[in-house]
Amino acid sequence: MTKQEPLSTLRPQRKIRDGIHVAKVSLAHGGGGKAMRDLIDDVFVQAFDNPALAPLEDQARFALSDLARHGDRLAFTSDSFVVDPLEFPGGDIGKLAICGTVNDLAVGGAKPLYLSCSVIIEEGVDVAFLRKIAASMAKTAAAAGVAIVTGDTKVVTKGACDKLFINTAGIGIIRSGMDLGAHRAEPGDAVLVNGLLGDHGAAILAARGDLRLTTAIESDCAPLNGLIDALIEACPQVKFMRDATRGGLATVLNEIAEASGIGIEIEERKTPLREEVKGFCEILGLDPLYLANEGKIVAVVPGHLAEVARAAMAAHPLGRDSAIIGHVLQGPAGRVVMQTHFGGKRIVDMLVGEQLPRIC
Amino acid sequence: MCLGIPGQITAISDAGRKLAMVDVSGVKREVNIACIIGDRAIEDCIGDWVLVHVGFAMSVIDEAQAAETLRILIELGEAQQEIAAMRTSGRA
Amino acid sequence: MQYVDEFRDPDKAASLIAAINELIQKLAISRDKPLHIMEVCGGHTHAIFRYGISNMLPPEIEFVHGPGCPVCVLPMGRVDDCVAIAETPGVIFTTFGDAMRVPGSKKSLLQAKADGADIRMVYSPLDALALARDNPDREVVFFGLGFETTAPSTAFTVLQAEAEGLTNFSLFCNHITIIPTMRAILQSPELRIDGFLGPGHVSMVIGTKVYEFIAAHYKKPLVVAGFEPLDVLQSVWLVLKQIAEGRAEIENQYGRIVPPDGNKAALAAITRVFETRDFFEWRGLGSIEHSGVRMREAYVRFDAERKFAIPSLQVEDPKACECGEVLKGLIKPWQCKVFGTTCTPQTPLGALMVSSEGACAAYYQYGDLEGLRDRRAADAA
Repeated sequence: MTKQEPLSTLRPQRKIRDGIHVAKVSLAHGGGGKAMRDLIDDVFVQAFDNPALAPLEDQARFALSDLARHGDRLAFTSDSFVVDPLEFPGGDIGKLAICGTVNDLAVGGAKPLYLSCSVIIEEGVDVAFLRKIAASMAKTAAAAGVAIVTGDTKVVTKGACDKLFINTAGIGIIRSGMDLGAHRAEPGDAVLVNGLLGDHGAAILAARGDLRLTTAIESDCAPLNGLIDALIEACPQVKFMRDATRGGLATVLNEIAEASGIGIEIEERKTPLREEVKGFCEILGLDPLYLANEGKIVAVVPGHLAEVARAAMAAHPLGRDSAIIGHVLQGPAGRVVMQTHFGGKRIVDMLVGEQLPRIC
Repeated sequence: MCLGIPGQITAISDAGRKLAMVDVSGVKREVNIACIIGDRAIEDCIGDWVLVHVGFAMSVIDEAQAAETLRILIELGEAQQEIAAMRTSGRA
Repeated sequence: MQYVDEFRDPDKAASLIAAINELIQKLAISRDKPLHIMEVCGGHTHAIFRYGISNMLPPEIEFVHGPGCPVCVLPMGRVDDCVAIAETPGVIFTTFGDAMRVPGSKKSLLQAKADGADIRMVYSPLDALALARDNPDREVVFFGLGFETTAPSTAFTVLQAEAEGLTNFSLFCNHITIIPTMRAILQSPELRIDGFLGPGHVSMVIGTKVYEFIAAHYKKPLVVAGFEPLDVLQSVWLVLKQIAEGRAEIENQYGRIVPPDGNKAALAAITRVFETRDFFEWRGLGSIEHSGVRMREAYVRFDAERKFAIPSLQVEDPKACECGEVLKGLIKPWQCKVFGTTCTPQTPLGALMVSSEGACAAYYQYGDLEGLRDRRAADAA
């Protein structure tokens, strides 16, 4: 889309501005004056380059008729990203900010179209680093087929934020006839995931460095709208999807069990985990079911379509390790149980707080 | 209490401080091996499977003992199968 | 994972369960008077819940979850001391993740961190030492807790600090010892325990001979057990075999890790750095004679207890708490008046709700399916 209307053809609408020539962001870049315009133009507009953004009005504008081509309801979501560290194996805060919002739209059965990007920058951050993050956002947005059409930039004093926070909001259009919901699970339904769990959580914990563990584990951070399209096409009867981010698989399963008033039983044997993630969790005494993911969804489909749904996801590059991990039961309502590989059963409850590494 | 996990010593990272790299399913961590060197040269610890607790190798895993524990369990299973087979044939 | 996966094999589990059932029948144990087996160690409690072991076993066997969770038994007063040290200007306070949530009388370390104290979670005391090296202008304190498994690691860390001539590292020593604690439990007149699963990782340090008095004097079987689920099941089976054959002995199921004499280097480091305290205060169990260690005079410059002005106040456990009764196996967690009401993992009152190793937290979090069913039945009645 950006190719037909390069920025140069739009630029003459506005005064041509200087680029940004300093190495670090200062408070002046948030002051509303020329320095701020330069930062926005040079770092963000350059990277996000698209017709809706280029005029730099206070709002992006869309024709309703264009939106209505995709479905009959609007989906609207917002998410803030404060990940530490800002760069990690498999991604960075920019990629995460696009994937998170795209996925939040897609799991509702919506086609993600437009995103906003608001950044809060701590003074002193390298401009080169911001460029890198903006480029990462642009690349991820292009991969997901969405455009970043509006945004905002604030610069705060040293210590008022941790280097860089990003908020993205997103608009998508829900396909006609799709009605997904956590309340729709019924006994006999199957529960699926699209691959190996816990990679993001483990990668982030390791990347922070304070545990001094070295691993090759990379974040699974990815836009899942393509995979979800494939799933919906093969299995339009899908009842619910959610991306298993903070709180991991266990939290999403509990949310479904609670909202639908049903029980869920999963099998440890069928729950896909990478050997390294298992090792990582053994060392720190963590439970991988609670580790965050940024490229994994939990899907509930009618039992007889489980294999159809699995095969559709498995055919997508982001779903190669897709698995049917469990089933919905009559009860006990609100309870998630895991059949352990060893032969026992245990309750998989919600976590109280953040999972902390333990020694005992 | 006392989370411990088997890992294999892959390299000596700091002989003076008795530190070595241990590999647990591809995850690597530097650990202190003062408790398991014994009378050996520190390099001889490379390849050892050890039990790691809070960054310290606390015990060298005894392979023969591990095999023995499993052997007992396999025999137990076989004995039960024989008894079950005897019961079935007795009934038939 | 080598030495892990093979000890999680479901087929071998089935054989062990069958063998255990056979012994239960032979012993003619009734369901109304089940056998009580105490797993001393919180790691076993965790394994029992994580793998769903208790509901694989026949109802004639009940686990009594012992005091071997060093985080759970940490009294409030000591947490208050930690907070006081952590809030001292210039201090970087380092701790294992487990201890972050343990409530003090006013706040936990997690809350103190939120209030601005520089508290860092570390995986190893070695990482605290590295922080001391990297921050020569700050005083780095490591919160040492745990039984004999963990004590060698902090002892070696202090010895390393001494060798490097570091002056900005100290240890807040809260190490406890297993034998006096087991003795205290065994001496309890109301005790109803038929056998013990001994703590595998403590034993790799202290060996197995130190438990002889339990068999000789108290006539209870004890099997030193590993932490994989097959280890736990096999150890239960060995305890039952002893009972069935009228024996009370110390056996070692965890031979691949635990040598009979323990670990000489580890014991030597403990002895060099630490000495026994007359008494140490436990959450839920009160004061136990000789159950803790402190740093020897020779290492006073690494002793946070003497380096800092700490309040050192004794704070009583909340009155409603029945942790002591649960620890002795007199009541089940859910029979406690405050379980799941005023005492939850979010707002723990008692020791056993504090860490996920604690029996109450484990019941609350993972649930014991049978137990909870019983509890619901009792509630309904």
